[in-house]
Amino acid sequence: MTTQEPALEQYRKKLGKLEALTDKPTHYCQGCEHGELTRLIANAIENLDIRERTVMIDSVGCSVLAFEYFNIDHIQSPHGRAPAIGTGLKRVRPDLIVYTVQGDGDAMAIGLLEVMYAAIRGQPLSVFLVNNAIYGMTGGQMAPTTIEGQVTTTTPYGRDIEFTGAPVDASKLVSAIDGSAYVKRVSLAISEIETAKGKTYSIKNILEAKQAIENAFKVQMMGGFSFVECLSSCWVNWKLPTMEAKRFVNERLIKQYPLGTYKDKFGIEKK
Amino acid sequence: MTERVYMKGNEALAYGALKAKLNAYFAYPITPSTEIPETLAKEFGSEEYPDFKVFLQAASELEAINMVLGAAAGGVRAMTATSSPGFSLKQEALSYAAGMELPLLVVNINRGGPGLGNIAPEQSDYFQMTKGGGHGSYRLIVLAPNSVQEMASLPKLAFDLAFKYRNPVCIAGDAFTGQLKEDLIFPRIEAAEYDVSSWAVTGAKGRERHVINSMNLDPEVHAKHVAHLDEKYKTIQRDEVRYESYLADDAETIIAAFGITSRICKSVVNKLRRQGSKIGLFRPITLWPFPHEEVRKLTEHAKRFLVVELNTGQMVEDVRLGVEGRARVEFYGKLGGLLPTEGEIEDKLRTIEKEEIAA
Repeated sequence: MTTQEPALEQYRKKLGKLEALTDKPTHYCQGCEHGELTRLIANAIENLDIRERTVMIDSVGCSVLAFEYFNIDHIQSPHGRAPAIGTGLKRVRPDLIVYTVQGDGDAMAIGLLEVMYAAIRGQPLSVFLVNNAIYGMTGGQMAPTTIEGQVTTTTPYGRDIEFTGAPVDASKLVSAIDGSAYVKRVSLAISEIETAKGKTYSIKNILEAKQAIENAFKVQMMGGFSFVECLSSCWVNWKLPTMEAKRFVNERLIKQYPLGTYKDKFGIEKK
Repeated sequence: MTERVYMKGNEALAYGALKAKLNAYFAYPITPSTEIPETLAKEFGSEEYPDFKVFLQAASELEAINMVLGAAAGGVRAMTATSSPGFSLKQEALSYAAGMELPLLVVNINRGGPGLGNIAPEQSDYFQMTKGGGHGSYRLIVLAPNSVQEMASLPKLAFDLAFKYRNPVCIAGDAFTGQLKEDLIFPRIEAAEYDVSSWAVTGAKGRERHVINSMNLDPEVHAKHVAHLDEKYKTIQRDEVRYESYLADDAETIIAAFGITSRICKSVVNKLRRQGSKIGLFRPITLWPFPHEEVRKLTEHAKRFLVVELNTGQMVEDVRLGVEGRARVEFYGKLGGLLPTEGEIEDKLRTIEKEEIAA
C-alpha cells in the first residue's frame, strides 16, 4: 500500500482535481474501464458546468457504488429500474440533468422494459451502458451481450446461441425506437499501436467516448433521450490478462458490436 | 368547498389526494382500482389543482412505483394506486423506499387472491401490507378507510405521515370501499407544507450533496441504519395509532374488524345492544401501527373477541398479540368477494356463547 500511495497521488495530480468527483478512490478493478468512464462523465459535467443540477441514478452492478465517487446528488435504484426512477425525478424536476450508468445485465436483461420505455417516451435522460459482455459484480455469468462461444460461469462450455438466443445488440435496439434521439457505441478500451519508436498505446477510443458522453448530456438538455453504449473489458471474469482483455474488446467485441453513431436526431455531432 | 357529493370511493380518494396537493401520479391500470388514475387523468391540467403537475401512465406496475420513488426523492407528493396482484409487484420498490426513507403513497384496492383470484373484494393482503411485504426489516404505515368519506380524507393524513416520518404509506382499501358509491362531504383540507430541504434531490447547489441510498456494505454502518429505522418505527407505534372504538368501553364481547367489514359489524353491535348485550366494536384505522395496547386495555372487561375479516384469518393474529391470552379470540371470515351477513355474525356469536356455557 505505502509504495502505491505516492504513485496514486502523482497520477491524481497529473489528472487534476475535478469538483464533480469526490476524493474517494474507486473500487473498480485495475484495468477496468469503469474508472475511465467515471472520469469522462465527471469531465463532461465540468465542461458543461452542470454539476449543481445533475443527478445520478445508481443502478445495480459494478456501478452500484458510484455515489461514493460523483460529487453530486444521487438516488439508488433497484436492479434494472434506474431509467424509471430517473423518469420520475425528471418529470417532477425537469430542470435537473439526470443520468445513469447501467451494466449490460441491468439494462438489457432485468431492466430492458425500463430502458425501452424511457426511449419510447423520448424521456430527456442519459443512459451510459457498460457492455462488457458479462455479469461483472456477481462473478462472471452470461449476460444478454455475451458473444457466441464465450465462456462464462453459466455457459462453462461456451454460449450456445441455439438455445440461449443470439447476443443482444443494445445500440441497434434503442436506435430502432422512434423516441430515442442520440445513440452511439464507443469503446473505452485503449489499444496497442506500433510506432517507429516501438509499441505504444492509442487513446483515440477514449477521446471519441469523451465526445459522445458530452453529446449525450447536450442532447438531454435539448430535450432528447440519449444512450451511449461503452464497450469495456472485464479481465477478472474473462480470466485474461488486462491488455489481452482490452485487445479482446477491440478485436472481437467490436466485430459483434460495431462502433459508431446509430442515431443523431438533433445532428449534435455536426454542431 | 364543503358541498355534499355522491361518488365512488376510488373517485373520492383521487379528489382527496388532489385536495392534499398531490404533485405527481404514476399510473398502471388494474381492476378494481382504475377509477383512481381515470379520475386524476380527467382533472390533470385543471386550474383547480395547480399543484398537480405530473400524470404519467407507466408500462408496468414496476415502472410506475419506481417512478414514484424518483419523484418522491425529488421531494414532492407522489403516489400510485394498484390492486392485489399489482401490489405484489410493488414490494421490491417499497422495500427500497423504506430503506431510502422516501415519503410516498401507494393505494391498494384489495381484490381476491392468491394468484389472479378475482376482482371482488377481499382483505387478504393484510399480512403483505402490515408486515413489510418486501425484503428486509421495514414497515409501511397502513391506513384502512371504511367509507367513501374516509377514502377522501385519508390521503391528506397519508402524506402528512409520509413526510413527517419519511416512510412510505399505504392506504388499504378493498373492492367495496373503492367501488361503493356513497355521499360524502369533502372536508376542508388545509394541505401542509413539508420541509424537504435537508434531503431532497434537487441538485447540489450551494449545499452538500444529497445521497438517497439504502446500501451500506459495512455491517456496522448498515446495522446502525436499520436500527435507526427501527427507532422510527417504535416512535410511530407510540404516537400514530388510530382506531375507532364503538360502544366498547364496558363491552364483554368485542367484534374487531377493519375496512368495509366493520360497517356490517357495527350494525350487529347496534342490534345486539338494543337487545341488552354488552357488545362493542373495535376498528383499527392504522393497521400498522396496530393498536395492540388498546386491544390489551379492552381485555380489562372484554371476555371474548370475534374478529371478522374477508380472508382466512390475518388481523386476528394481531388481535391475539394484543389479547395475549387474557380473553378468548375467535375468527369469522368470508372469501372470494362474499360478505358476511349480520345474521351469520350473530350465529357465530351464539355458537361461541353456547360453547362457553357447555364448557
